[in-house]
Amino acid sequence: MSENVTLDTVKPGEKAKVISVDGERDIKKRITEMGLTRGTVVEVERVAPLGDPLDIKVRGYRLSLRKEEASRVMVEKL
Amino acid sequence: MREITVALAGNPNAGKTTVFNALTGSRQHVGNYPGVTVEKKEGTVERNGVKYRIVDLPGTYSLSANSPEEVVARNFLVMDKPDLVIQVVDASNLERNLYLATQIMELGLPLVIALNMYDVAKIRGIEYNLELLQTLLKTPIVPTVGNKSQGMDDLLTAVAAAAGKPAPEYQKISYPKELDKPVADIDAALSGADRELADRYPPQWLATRLFENDPDVASHIKDKGLLDRVDSLRQTFEKEHDDLPEVRVAEAKYGWISGLCAEATKTTPESRTDISDSIDSIVLHRVLGLPIFLILMYLMFQLVFTLGDPPMGWIEDAFGSLGNYVARLWPKSADSPLRDLLVDGIIGGVGGVLVLLPNIILLVLAIAFLEGTGYMARAAFIMDRLMHKIGLHGKSFIPMLLGFGCTVPAIMGTRTLENRRDRLATILVLPFMSCGARLPIYALIIPAFFPGHLQAWMLWLIYIIGIVFAIVGAKILRSTLFKGESVPFVMELPPYRMPTFRAVMNLMWDRAGEYVKKAGTIILGVSILLWAMTAYPKKPEYDQDYESQREVVQTSYIEGATAVGSTLGIDAEDVVAWTENEDMLADAHSAYWETEPGFAEAAAAYEENKAQLMERSSGLAMFAEAVEQIDEIDEQFAEATEELEEDSHDFRVAFNLREQSLAGLNLSPSLMEAVQVYRDEVRASRQEMGEEIDNAEAAEDLAYSISGRIGTTLEPIFRPVGFDWRIVTAIIGSFAAKEVFVAQMGIVYSVGEADEDSDTLRDKLQQNYNALQAFCMMLWALLSVPCVATIAVAKRETGGWTYAIGMMIGFTLIAYFACLIVYQVGSALGIGL
Repeated sequence: MSENVTLDTVKPGEKAKVISVDGERDIKKRITEMGLTRGTVVEVERVAPLGDPLDIKVRGYRLSLRKEEASRVMVEKL
Repeated sequence: MREITVALAGNPNAGKTTVFNALTGSRQHVGNYPGVTVEKKEGTVERNGVKYRIVDLPGTYSLSANSPEEVVARNFLVMDKPDLVIQVVDASNLERNLYLATQIMELGLPLVIALNMYDVAKIRGIEYNLELLQTLLKTPIVPTVGNKSQGMDDLLTAVAAAAGKPAPEYQKISYPKELDKPVADIDAALSGADRELADRYPPQWLATRLFENDPDVASHIKDKGLLDRVDSLRQTFEKEHDDLPEVRVAEAKYGWISGLCAEATKTTPESRTDISDSIDSIVLHRVLGLPIFLILMYLMFQLVFTLGDPPMGWIEDAFGSLGNYVARLWPKSADSPLRDLLVDGIIGGVGGVLVLLPNIILLVLAIAFLEGTGYMARAAFIMDRLMHKIGLHGKSFIPMLLGFGCTVPAIMGTRTLENRRDRLATILVLPFMSCGARLPIYALIIPAFFPGHLQAWMLWLIYIIGIVFAIVGAKILRSTLFKGESVPFVMELPPYRMPTFRAVMNLMWDRAGEYVKKAGTIILGVSILLWAMTAYPKKPEYDQDYESQREVVQTSYIEGATAVGSTLGIDAEDVVAWTENEDMLADAHSAYWETEPGFAEAAAAYEENKAQLMERSSGLAMFAEAVEQIDEIDEQFAEATEELEEDSHDFRVAFNLREQSLAGLNLSPSLMEAVQVYRDEVRASRQEMGEEIDNAEAAEDLAYSISGRIGTTLEPIFRPVGFDWRIVTAIIGSFAAKEVFVAQMGIVYSVGEADEDSDTLRDKLQQNYNALQAFCMMLWALLSVPCVATIAVAKRETGGWTYAIGMMIGFTLIAYFACLIVYQVGSALGIGL
């Protein structure tokens, strides 16, 4: 049984599988449309030098999103 | 001729703009930052008897109406019904790019996919089964390489074949079953309520969008009852499934795409590390990222200023010569308003504008390079924490950076910001980013008032002050005028690319052209107007009797000269005759061009008189010769040391050379002393007092002119800021365009010399102001109302005069109070006096 956490707590270099996206309608829709759908595997590449936002790899491309938004994404660590 | 209207769609960074350029050959901004192409651009191309009208849609990830771009793109597809859509797809990023394709298919439009940057994808080890991909998607797929213009013929052939036929029956993506019933319900209600609307959109599309809570579609529905019904259906759905319909739809699409990609593509395991990843591991490094970013920004400015310097000199010289040439078309003493208009108004104005061009071109070059490589998105990534802290978006950083070049394109660039509040806040603080047009003001003032080792730092300080004001301004705006959540920061970090030479050049010329066009129209018009305002009306009679003042100066000069002569035993009569003859030559110089016959006559008379005088008095001959020789030595010395620091080695060499030359003259001590007294005291004081009188006269002239009167009227208001009426007059000029300030100061302080370069103006400024006042001038230039063009663009982009006029008033007040505080505190503490 693996643990479910929010995406912002995933460390650089770790992979995780999206379980659900929460939060405001617009944010939720936007994040989903960029490819972070249920079951998608994402990898956190790095955190920005100033500590925010995150740089993640999803569906073969690189996306950056703030920890604020990442905290709405529930993931299962792989 | 058969005409086909083609909409060019695609994700940002898919290379849509390069494909557009390759197809149409038109010049266009090519960038690597999401959302650079925000305007609808069109181009045409003819091939094999078919005319293709290509409409470049804004780059979007989706057609869901999340942003103005998405609305624009979708509205074009729905309302204008193009014959066909080309979607430019980044071959290395198939999954996310195809999401947009599924939405275009849903609209029932014929689609051709340009699988762009095919070469890069191959290098990255991605293999496609194109046959299978085409079969599954039911669309033609053409591999292209936009920046090498590869595949364009094939693309047009595919377009010609597919256009005109009805769209194929695309594979219907099956949505989750739980969506079927509510969508069918809405669809039924729709066709009952709004026949016309239901007909315009593909079946079920409208109902699905409504169920997805699409605000743009909802705004077309007039039936309030229907909207309420949709709402309640949504609420029931959300309660039942604990999810949003739109998320379920997106999931279904991505699910379908994933399956398709898994079947039709093969990625060789990531054996080689991605180049972009390697670069980013350094450039976005936790510790190194920020210093690298700052160094890049610093290098950018060094490049702009160091490299820009020589061409600026050339342009200055060229316009100086041009002015000279034109002035010489008239006799020197002619009182010609047309000559003044041409030389002082037009040539001076255009030269003052164009002299900045090297800096602008280099700055744009640097920015184009950063955009083209993809580093700009990294800049947003690095800066987002900071920008977010002040209530802006990481994406605000790019327009802000562009703002250092020119505020006008920067304001247009704010369209990448999706949230209107973010956009407005960015537009309103953008003018604090010191634009290129303000640079000549700093470039004029800084070398005049600050020692060499401080000059670069002063420039930095000014820029930093602007940034600080922007930060504080944004923070205040976000907590007052634009209260509210900022939009989610979801930004792609595109792979690094080498921008093509052509793309960078195009951008450079576009921006330079923009500036010159702006210069050519507004600035030229305004500098002529301002020249007229400073030159007219002419004062009929002066308050002071400058002529008798000049006579007094002349009398004391002659007295001094005869006194010097008497120490050498020269007759007073001879000295007087000598000074009169010298003055006669000087008068001839100011009355005639050397090419005019009058000058030759005067010069001949001078030589004759001189020869007679020298013959008559050998003492005078020795004295006059010594004066001439020492004048020449000093002139050479001044020329040699013009750009040298006083404690430099070269300066000491030149100084020693001068000493040697003086010693080489072998003058007797008494003659040497007499010459020194004459040159340094008698003649110098006439020069000095004469200039004072000239300045006073010119000042009276100007005070009488229209702009002088405006400046004088406003002077009391500006006195606490350290500004006199001249500065106020120039400030009035800079309302139209910042760089006019320099031209204005030039006109305000011009004293007849047609080929004056900016050093002359610097001397004038030094004589009239202290460093504190100079600093306040720069501060004013930085903080005050941006130019008319900025206001005009801001008006367009904010959709009305409210913000534009607010900007004008706000910036004036901010600049005034900032300068007031600096000047008052500075004066009290005795800084820079």
